[in-house]
Amino acid sequence: MNIDKISQQLLSKLPIYRLKDLIKAIRACKTAADERAVIQKESAAIRTSFREENNEARHANVAKLLYIHMLGYPAHFGQMECLKLVASPRFADKRLGYLGIMLLLDENQEVLTLVTNSLKNDMNHSNMYIVGLALCTLGNISSPEMARDLCAEVEKLLGSSNTYIRKKAALCAVRIIRRVPDLQENFISKAKSLINDRNHGVLITGITLITEMCLQNADTLVLFRKAVPVLVRHLKNLVTAGFSPEHDVTGVTDPFLQVKILRLLRFLGHDDAEATEAMNDVLAQVATNTESSKNVGNSILYETVLTIMDIPSESGLRVLAINILGKFLSNRDNNIRYVALETLNKTVTIDTQAVQRHRNIILDCLRDGDISIRRRALELSFALINEQNVRVLTRELLAFLEIADAEFKQGMTTKICLAADRFAPNKRWHIDTVLRVLKLAGNYVREEILAGFIRLVAQTSELHQYTVQKLYAALKADISQESLVLAGVWVIGEYGDVLIKGGSFEEEELVKEVTEGDVLSLFDSVLQGPYANQVTREYVITALMKLSSRFTDYQATAQIKVMLQGHVASHEVEIQQRAVEYTNLFQYDGIRPAVLERMPVPEGRVREVGG
Amino acid sequence: MGINWMLLVSRQGKVRLTKWFQTIPPKEKGKIVKDVTQLVLARRTKMCNFLEYKAGINGEDNELITLEIVHRYVEILDRYFGNVCELDLIFNFHKAYFIMDELLIAGEIQETSKKSVLRVITQQDQYEETEASEQAKGGNSWTGEGK
Repeated sequence: MNIDKISQQLLSKLPIYRLKDLIKAIRACKTAADERAVIQKESAAIRTSFREENNEARHANVAKLLYIHMLGYPAHFGQMECLKLVASPRFADKRLGYLGIMLLLDENQEVLTLVTNSLKNDMNHSNMYIVGLALCTLGNISSPEMARDLCAEVEKLLGSSNTYIRKKAALCAVRIIRRVPDLQENFISKAKSLINDRNHGVLITGITLITEMCLQNADTLVLFRKAVPVLVRHLKNLVTAGFSPEHDVTGVTDPFLQVKILRLLRFLGHDDAEATEAMNDVLAQVATNTESSKNVGNSILYETVLTIMDIPSESGLRVLAINILGKFLSNRDNNIRYVALETLNKTVTIDTQAVQRHRNIILDCLRDGDISIRRRALELSFALINEQNVRVLTRELLAFLEIADAEFKQGMTTKICLAADRFAPNKRWHIDTVLRVLKLAGNYVREEILAGFIRLVAQTSELHQYTVQKLYAALKADISQESLVLAGVWVIGEYGDVLIKGGSFEEEELVKEVTEGDVLSLFDSVLQGPYANQVTREYVITALMKLSSRFTDYQATAQIKVMLQGHVASHEVEIQQRAVEYTNLFQYDGIRPAVLERMPVPEGRVREVGG
Repeated sequence: MGINWMLLVSRQGKVRLTKWFQTIPPKEKGKIVKDVTQLVLARRTKMCNFLEYKAGINGEDNELITLEIVHRYVEILDRYFGNVCELDLIFNFHKAYFIMDELLIAGEIQETSKKSVLRVITQQDQYEETEASEQAKGGNSWTGEGK
């Protein structure tokens, strides 16, 4: 006699009626297949109901359909039903119908034009909320055609005495002129009055509209420059206002409006000294008085900085802006640090001095946990290098190179070497720096940089001994870094005699005198080692040949011959060719020394390399 | 200029709201949703307990204020539903959209007073309710003529 049980059983056999029940049924599904089955069944039921022109159920059906659509299932068959809902006089129907239209249609679909008439009627409705629905829909998905058709209606509503309608009309106008820029002139005179409105909603949407118009049309921009004093006044009021409960966001009065005003001021002040002058004080005021402990305040400060940077502001104001960014760099919030680095990157070439003051904290950002921040900090650090700070900065960058992600390494090796090239205080420092780069990231060094280093070494005859000793020690320690090996092999090949005669030297520990045998066994280990590739072998073979005339010990020469012999049958054609030709050269002892003389010192410096 | 789209995704990757302020072909929309969901779920969240809100904006826009707009939206939802939770947004997704439509149009903010937004939403809800009860009293079928 369980009435509940019976009715429940009966109900479970009926098609689902209410949205709530459909959602429950879908959520109860344990597998994707179950969900698909429920949805397919319900979709079919809805389709049938639509076909039967079931008016009472239309609202519920569309609601269910929109839910199904949000889950990713097809719902195109509901488009016309949304149109029918919109045509209904019921508010609930229009509300859902317009939502459906915004979700299921876009401006590229022809069906949308069928809504134009309803929109027009509803924009003339006595119920302000219905007017609002129409404006909202048009503002979100209008096509250029609809924009033209309904422009006059929107213009009329822009002059409405109702603030709710006015502000929606303003944003609707934004959409219209984005789609059809030519229609801008229809809104100019009404827009002018919006800027004097007391209602924040109207003011903010009005400013948005004006900003859009100014960005599209240079004449309009000039026209609205006259509005700068009004905007300045609004901003001042917001900054100095006492607590306003309606517009307060954690202690700041209407940050959204402040940001919009600052943005418009930026465009109006750009390239215009007079307008900039008029906004100078308020910008300083906002920059100084805005609380920077929370995101709200920082969002305003950020916009202020962007504005100051984009107008011909006086240097005091610019320094103020850069200092704000400097403070941002120590903020705990990732977003703020990121945004600061981005902005500093854009301005570093203009305000280099001011940015230099924050160098230390920028370098700290190289160790930030967030890779996007590390990336930006790296870019900025390179931009800051100059004659005065090259040693300090290079030291920091080399330290960073040691632990940097692979994606940074190649760019870094190039940039560090270029900076060293530009600003090196002396040759020894220059050579040491490039050597350090080769040791830390020798597998990420571009050919041009390596060539530049070799050129540098060749040109610096007073440091030949120093350089060849350092490279010898480096290779003894590590033959896995390709560029280091190539550089080392080339230098030792050229100046092997200097190395032998050089005696013992200090390199972290005392290195005993280097003998010919030592050098040859080093080269042998390179050839036999797991890191050698064809290029490496080519270099070694040529270097060996050069050493045959640099070294005087005949045992060394014999060993060189043997090592070369080992490659006369090499599968690598280039290697084979060199080995054979060099081996042959031993039969021409008359000319061999001349052939293997020191390379002529190359001219010039490293070219500027991109990236 | 302005916000291009707003996505609301649950921690399990279920989409709870998608609002597009730009015209984008359906395939691309799907891709954006997928990519953003993956990106967002992979990162640690500090924002809220159960949902990720994502807004797509243009390069030169002020990201920080967009964050505030998202916060604003969440606050309003919270006030409207009374301690909003994911279930509220599931069963009342249409309301979530209605509220969004009172906060943003064309990707731009239209009202900065929380009170105003809540007031107009409530009034429209009441309008619907009044309509529904009048119809129930009236008892006849829907004819399409206004009262």
